[in-house]
Amino acid sequence: MSAAAISLSEMQQPSGRPYRGKVAMACLIIAESAIFTIFVVAYLFYLGKSLTGPTPREVLETPIFFTICLLSSSLTIHYAGKFLERGERGAFLSLWSLTILLGGLFLFGTGREWYRLIYEHGLTISTNLFGTTYYSLVGLHAFHVSAGLIMLFMVAIFAFSGRVGTEHSRRVEVLSLYWHFVDAVWVVVFTVVYVLGR
Amino acid sequence: MSSDAIIIPGGRVEGKPWVDALQDWVTTVDHKRIGILYIVYALIFLLLGGFEVLIIRIQLMHSRIDFVSPQVFNRMFTMHGTTMIFFVAMPVLFGFANYLVPLMVGARDMAFPRLNAFSFWLSAFGGLLLYFSFLGGSGLYGAGNAPDVGWWAYAPLTARAFSPGHSSDYWTLALLVSGFGSIGTAINIISTTLCLRCPGMRLSRMPLLVWLNLVMAGMVLIVITPLSAAQIMLLVDRYLGGHFFDAQAGGSAVLWMHFFWIFGHPEVYILVIPAFAFVSEIIPVFSRKPIFGYPVMVAATVCIGFVSLSVWAHHMFTVGMNSYANSFFAITTMAIGVPTGIKIFNWIGTMWGGRIQFKTPMLFSIGFLFQFLISGLTGIMLACVPFDWQLSLSYFVVAHFHYVIVGGILFALFAAFYYWYPKMTGRMLSERLGKWHFWLFFIGFHLTFDVMHVPGLLGMPRRIYTYEPGRGWDTLNLIVTIGAFIQAVATLVFVWNLISSYFNGAEAGNDPWDAWTLEWSTSSPPPTYNFATVPEVASRRPLWDLKHPEDPDSQYE
Repeated sequence: MSAAAISLSEMQQPSGRPYRGKVAMACLIIAESAIFTIFVVAYLFYLGKSLTGPTPREVLETPIFFTICLLSSSLTIHYAGKFLERGERGAFLSLWSLTILLGGLFLFGTGREWYRLIYEHGLTISTNLFGTTYYSLVGLHAFHVSAGLIMLFMVAIFAFSGRVGTEHSRRVEVLSLYWHFVDAVWVVVFTVVYVLGR
Repeated sequence: MSSDAIIIPGGRVEGKPWVDALQDWVTTVDHKRIGILYIVYALIFLLLGGFEVLIIRIQLMHSRIDFVSPQVFNRMFTMHGTTMIFFVAMPVLFGFANYLVPLMVGARDMAFPRLNAFSFWLSAFGGLLLYFSFLGGSGLYGAGNAPDVGWWAYAPLTARAFSPGHSSDYWTLALLVSGFGSIGTAINIISTTLCLRCPGMRLSRMPLLVWLNLVMAGMVLIVITPLSAAQIMLLVDRYLGGHFFDAQAGGSAVLWMHFFWIFGHPEVYILVIPAFAFVSEIIPVFSRKPIFGYPVMVAATVCIGFVSLSVWAHHMFTVGMNSYANSFFAITTMAIGVPTGIKIFNWIGTMWGGRIQFKTPMLFSIGFLFQFLISGLTGIMLACVPFDWQLSLSYFVVAHFHYVIVGGILFALFAAFYYWYPKMTGRMLSERLGKWHFWLFFIGFHLTFDVMHVPGLLGMPRRIYTYEPGRGWDTLNLIVTIGAFIQAVATLVFVWNLISSYFNGAEAGNDPWDAWTLEWSTSSPPPTYNFATVPEVASRRPLWDLKHPEDPDSQYE
C-alpha cells in the first residue's frame, strides 16, 4: 500500500519542478544547521567560564590528520556519484568504499581523542562547562557522522549485491548532499573548538 | 467514489469489519486521512487542555480557595500550556495543512507519504508521553507527578534537585519527539509545494493558504530545532551530569531563556500564519471578491517570518539585559506590527464593497480580524520596555497572549472547520448550531479575556495559586471564570455539531460555497487519488475560470 503511494507520487511529479529528494534534504540541512548553531552558541558562550580545569588549551590537540580524512571524503563521495551517473560501477564502488573508510577513520580519531581526554586528563561531560559543551558539540557531530556512515554502508551493501545502478544516482546524490553537510559542519566545529576555542 | 476516500463507521462501508477499518486508519499514508487523524487527535487534546484550565479557573474564582492543592495547580498550568501549544495548536494546523496543501496545488498526495505518517505518529506518541507522566512521573523517587515547571520550564526549576522523579523528563521527551514530527511535516509541506504543483500552478498562482503554509513550514525548520537542541542539553544536564543550565558550575539560567524564546516567540507566528492562511481563503469567498493585494499579502507574510526571528527577547525584558538589547528587541517587536497591519488592511480591502455573506465561517473570520487587531495592540503596548517592566508576568500578559491564541488563532480555526468540514466529510455543519457556537463562544471569550486585562493592570501576577481578599480581584476573577465556562459550553456545542452533522448534516456536494480553489473541484470527500486527471490551471482562481469561461481571471493576469 505504502509502496504504491510512493511510486504514485513519483509518477505525478510534474516535469520542470525540482527533485523532491533534493528539496527535502536541503530542508533537513537547514533544520540541522539550526540545531548545530545552538550548540555552537552554547560552546562559545561558555568559553573560559569553567570554574575548574582542565581547560581547552591544556588538553586539546588539533586533529589535523583526521580532519583531512573527513574533508577528503567529501571529494571521494562527489566523484563516486559522478561515476555512478556515468555507469562506471567499479569506480563508484571503490570510491564509495573509500568514503566509508575515511569516515570511519575520522570516527576512530574522535574516539581516540575522547579516550585520551577521559583516561589521561580526567575530562568527562560532567567535569566542567568545557567538558559539557565540548562532548555535546563534538558528540552531536560524531552522531551525525555515524548516522551518515550507516546510510553509506547500506548503499554499499546494495551496491555490492549489484542493485545500485545509474537510475539510482539521483538518490545517491541526496545522500552525498547530507555527507557534504556533515563535512561542512566539521569545518565550523573545528574552527570553533580547536582554533578560536584555544 | 467518495466511499473509498474516507471510512468512518456508520457510512456506506458497514460491511467492513471494524478491525480492518482501524487497521486502514493506523497504517494509512493518505494525506487526507493523516490530516483527519491530526485534527481528531488535536481535538481530543483540546478537551484535555480545556479541562485543565477549568480546574485553574475554579481555583482562581475567588480569593483563598483551595479547590486543588498548590502542587496540582502548578501541574495544571504547565500541562494546560504545553498541551494547548504543542498538542492542540500545532497538530490541528498541521492537519489542515496536510489535508489542504496537496489538494490546493493539484497533487495526489504529499511528497513523502510515509514520512508524513511517521511524523504524525511521532507527534501522537509525544502527546501520549506527556500524559503518561500522570502515571509514570513519580519514577523511582516517588516524587512529582505531571510536570509542574511551567511551559517554559525555566532553569533551575528543571534541575534534578528541584524536579526529582521523571516528570520533567516526560515533558522534555514529549517535546523532543513531537518536535521531530513537526520537522518531518515541515519538510513534507515544503517539498510538496515546491515539487508537486500541477502544471500551470506557478508560485505566483498558488492559493494564499499554500503560500502561508510554505512560510510556516520554513519557520518550523529553523525555529523548532533550537528547542530540540535545548531539550537535548537539558537531557544532558539531567542524565549525564552536564552543566549547561547549572549556575553552581558556572552555567547560565538565562541561556535557557534565550534558547527557549528563540523558539517560543516565532512559534506564535508558526501558529498564527496558518490562521492567516484560513482567513485569506475564507474572507474572499464570503465577500464574493478575489483577495485584495495578493503579492503584498505574500510579501508581508515572508516579512513577518523574517522579523519574527529577531524579537524573542521581548519575553525577557525583566531579566535585566542592557539598554541596547532592550531597544533592539522593542524596535523589532514594534516593526512586526507593520506587515501584520498590512494584512489586516488587505482583508478589510477584500471585504470592502463585496457582497458579504454572514455564514458561520465568515462570522468567525470577522471575529478573528477584530480580536487579532486588539491582541496586536496590547502586544505593541507590551513591547514598550518600561510598560513591560511594570506588567510582565501579570495577568495582563496572560490576557494578551490568550487574545492572540484564542481570539485570533482559535477563531480562525473554527472558521476553517466550518468552511472545510463539508469537503472532508461530504456533509454540511449545522448553521443553526454554528451560530449558537459562534455567539456563545464570542460572549464567553470577551467576558474572560477582556476582563482578564484588568486584574493584570491591578497587579495580579500570573501563575499564583490563590490571592488575598480585599485587593479588588475577586469579582473580576469570578467574571473571568464564568466566561471560561461559557466557552466550554460553546466548545461542547461545536463538538456536538461535528458529531451530529456527520450523521445528519445536509449533503454538501462538491462545491457548497461556490469557491475558487482546486479542492472544491473534486468530490466531497475527495477520492484517495484526489483528482482523476491532474488539473491544469491558468490563474489564481481556477474554478472561477471553469465556471465563467466568458470572463476568466487568466486574461487579466
